[in-house]
Amino acid sequence: MRLVVGHLFPDYLNIYADRGNIAVLTQRAAWRGHELEVRPIGAGSAVRPGEHDLFYVGGGQDREQELIAPALAALGPALHEAVDRGAAALAVCGGYQLFGHFYRDQSGDELPGVGLLPLHTVAGERRMIGDVLLESELEAGERRTLAGFENHAGRTLLEDRAEPLGRVLAGFGNDGESGFEGCRAGRVLGTYLHGPLLPRNPWLADWLLAQALAHRSGGEPAELEPLADELEGEAHAVSAERARSRGGRF
Amino acid sequence: MHAPLALEIGLARAAAGLSRLAGAGGGTTLPGKLLWKLDPGAVDRLAARLPQGSALISATNGKTTTAAMAARILEPTVRLAHNRAGANLVSGVASALVVARDAELGLFEVDEAALPEVARRVSPRAISLGNLFRDQLDRYGELELVAQRWRELVSRLPAGAALVANGDDPQLGAIAADRPGSVVFGLDDPRQASPALQHAADSKWCVRCGTPYEYAAAYIGHLGDYRCPACGHARPPLDVAAREIELDGLERVSFELVTPEGSTRVELRLPGLYNVYNALAAAALSRSLGASLEDITAGLQGFSAAFGRFERIQLEDRSLLVLLIKNPTGANEVVRTLVAGRAPKLLMVALNDEIADGRDVSWIWDVDFEPLLGGLERLIATGERAAELALRFKYAGLPEEAIEVVPSLEKALDRGLELTPRGGELTALPTYTAMLALRDLVVRRGFVKPYWEEAA
Repeated sequence: MRLVVGHLFPDYLNIYADRGNIAVLTQRAAWRGHELEVRPIGAGSAVRPGEHDLFYVGGGQDREQELIAPALAALGPALHEAVDRGAAALAVCGGYQLFGHFYRDQSGDELPGVGLLPLHTVAGERRMIGDVLLESELEAGERRTLAGFENHAGRTLLEDRAEPLGRVLAGFGNDGESGFEGCRAGRVLGTYLHGPLLPRNPWLADWLLAQALAHRSGGEPAELEPLADELEGEAHAVSAERARSRGGRF
Repeated sequence: MHAPLALEIGLARAAAGLSRLAGAGGGTTLPGKLLWKLDPGAVDRLAARLPQGSALISATNGKTTTAAMAARILEPTVRLAHNRAGANLVSGVASALVVARDAELGLFEVDEAALPEVARRVSPRAISLGNLFRDQLDRYGELELVAQRWRELVSRLPAGAALVANGDDPQLGAIAADRPGSVVFGLDDPRQASPALQHAADSKWCVRCGTPYEYAAAYIGHLGDYRCPACGHARPPLDVAAREIELDGLERVSFELVTPEGSTRVELRLPGLYNVYNALAAAALSRSLGASLEDITAGLQGFSAAFGRFERIQLEDRSLLVLLIKNPTGANEVVRTLVAGRAPKLLMVALNDEIADGRDVSWIWDVDFEPLLGGLERLIATGERAAELALRFKYAGLPEEAIEVVPSLEKALDRGLELTPRGGELTALPTYTAMLALRDLVVRRGFVKPYWEEAA
């Protein structure tokens, strides 16, 4: 099957090796006989209903996020429509913040968000930097771990009834206090974890691909054919061990 | 109350000697750390005793090489205190001051984040700012923040201090343009430009108004001849430039060095455009410290390699080529240089994640390793994060059968040498602490002298 990924503002939001996530999605789709086409979405791009099966947005430095936030917010209605029709999304770090309702900086100024996730972010005094390990349960009864690296000053606050992506086993997470990390709303995921996230957590890449395939076919998400993931497993184990031994806490 | 300075120095020197006797390494920061504990202000007073003052060199990439080149230019005429092994925090500068007896001039490479404090303490008479790339975000924070601190530091420099800056870097060009009398260096050879901005380019947006720059020539990352189409902010005029650059694979590069005093052809025994930038920084800084064009040319041409940056080590009937990688832009240039020579069939890459390497290893996904894949038959992935590195190459398209994961550096070195034919060369790309460990291995096997015994 042919899948289309909409990569939001790749020229601006790419600071934590976001292209690693794209490479993993592309290859793991190809190894199962699917073709993944990545289309950049920038200021002035049109997002046609049904065009994209999956959206990806990465992180940027503060300046870059300020430069693109208004253009991203302008795409809000089109993104909401796409998600309502079953498209999946992964938002990482700065992109995660901008997928919420707003980001408020130290001086009280607010950057608008697209509001796909029920949360907002407030700039904090101390940066939260270090290895992280989460336990996540995207499908009932299937507990899996996610290992990555976080580096953010923003404290992300989940609003009422918002579902986190996972429970923090080691590291800071959304705000360093709540014990939660990331956010999930249906097929839309947001997280601070980079590293990049998907190479060492291939199950999450496969979950996203399954949602994207379901969107394209109009059916329910199905399990993908397993791949040889020994190297991925080793990388995950080392990253998880790093989080346990030196993940950050206040 | 402080102990007398002479007593403190004596203690610190003794500590350096003991550290070496105990086999704990070169003692490159221990005396400084000890002095620091005894009396933090001693660094300032030691620096103030240098009759010709101090010069500082900072950059994301190339500071060790630039400082070593400048040392080579200046050494024939002046006695230096120089942190040659790259210990570049305040303690490293303090150590170099302690161990250098009778030095006349301090020549220090300084960590980007430590530069404001070192400058405040040693009151330099000259500073060279080489480049700012994204590097170890977990340690330095965002690039904008480092640039902001450098801007403040330059605004506080006394009028008599010389500023030398790379005009091809938009952030540094803007800092230099704001300070009258700055010396701006850069490349002036559009034939050497990349066809497009690299993926890892950082300062792509006008520092004044945020519009994307237009490049008449982009050389490395965001370094080049840029102009903002909206507000007109552009590269400042070059005072010291390299023209007619001739790259010659892995072995050398030559260029026309153009200065206000005249021009001369320089043949470097090092490869790559990035070493042309290092040579320009060293030339411009030495010039501002009084070196003649003849001294500069002789120094640059006599220079071979800085510690672990581009080092060829003979191991009996095989050789080991060590090229340090530490961030996307630097690693991209290493890859570009390797591909311009003869791209290796066998490659060893060592990824560690200690503080000095950066604990966040995501940067390897921003490196363009892909040009190496064409000729690569076998990759030995080693270091603490060997598996992550293996994934980088797997998802780039290297078949898994071609990848060996050997986390132990010693075993990886042995395996690499075993796969290298007699008379052949093993190419190794280590991160910083892996480079130190690799060097330590070949020192223990007796193939190179420890760096603190090498002739300057």
